[in-house]
Amino acid sequence: MSGLRYVYAVCRPFGTPLPAQLTGVAGVPPKQLVHGDLVAVVGQVPEEDFAEGPLRAHLEDLDWLGATARAHQNVIDALTGVTSPLPLRLATVFLDDSGVRSMLEERADTFRRTLGRLDGRVEWGVKVYSEPTEAPDSKDTSGKAASSPGRAAGSGRDYLRQRRNQRKESEEKWERAEEFSRRLHESLSGYAEDTRIHAPQNSALSRAPGRNILNAAYLVPRTESEAFVELVDRTKDDAPGLRVELTGPWAAYSFSGEDA
Amino acid sequence: MTTAQRLPDPYGNGGGANLADILERVLDKGIVIAGDIRINLLDIELLTIKLRLIVASVDKAKEMGIDWWETDPQLSSRAGRDELARENAELRAHVAELEEARAEVPARRRAPAKKEAKE
Repeated sequence: MSGLRYVYAVCRPFGTPLPAQLTGVAGVPPKQLVHGDLVAVVGQVPEEDFAEGPLRAHLEDLDWLGATARAHQNVIDALTGVTSPLPLRLATVFLDDSGVRSMLEERADTFRRTLGRLDGRVEWGVKVYSEPTEAPDSKDTSGKAASSPGRAAGSGRDYLRQRRNQRKESEEKWERAEEFSRRLHESLSGYAEDTRIHAPQNSALSRAPGRNILNAAYLVPRTESEAFVELVDRTKDDAPGLRVELTGPWAAYSFSGEDA
Repeated sequence: MTTAQRLPDPYGNGGGANLADILERVLDKGIVIAGDIRINLLDIELLTIKLRLIVASVDKAKEMGIDWWETDPQLSSRAGRDELARENAELRAHVAELEEARAEVPARRRAPAKKEAKE
């Protein structure tokens, strides 16, 4: 076969076949490249899109990036249904099969260790958002002060008091939100073998309403997942003004490194 | 050799998954292996997202900073600091306006209003 090799994941050999209709990056169905007791899940991708120059250009195109990321995740997701894969980062590309094989050979020990650690586990994502309140900057003070110069001093004092109160309110709200997140994280950690707290997501990118306070990932045994999900569901209504969001089950993206 | 036990139905990562969630994991969390085709995803990600946000709004790009993918060991309190910084800027602008307003009426420089304003 010609073309480049796009590698999605490394896993242990799995018995259940992947869905026949499954396609991945560039619309190509992924195939298994077996090497000893390891399997790389690879797809053949065209050089005109995945050689260094074109790839770099494509990655600057957010639509292409989004579609490719979804296709990548689509394959990882199907794998998660039949095994516990070790997901690779987007756009890990080799020139041919033998390149993939020597990579498997070189890192075999690490792969075996990590796959052992991830076997039978999935990742759940939990995010806490503070619900958006009325915008604090909805009142334009600059125009008003100029238009009523006679009341400048009075309005200045009122303004300061108002700002102080606003700040106190938002600090209290913030403390409550952080306290809730901390407790939630603590109780969820009880079900998890490992946890990661990621940087909060920027709302400009996620388009999620409100401000993201907690963005955490939990490595949970499949057998515990039901209980984990129930626990998240139970806490959802515990905090007025906060929103708890659950995503998953994911492949163990956040726990794929050796820094565990 | 585990095949999947029964899992709860997926939450949020089906077809309609939040792109930010997918990008976050696929671009930033999977294992990094240097293939034969070398690109630095971090540069790419930075450019793409910054560009898009700059188009959307300068403020947002600034707020975004370049630390979206850096793991913050604590719950972020950056938001609180942003709030303070914004407030400071607003206050400064307001003070400047007050001073400007006062400068416009030099005859009444020592008006009692000045004492009142000293909170």
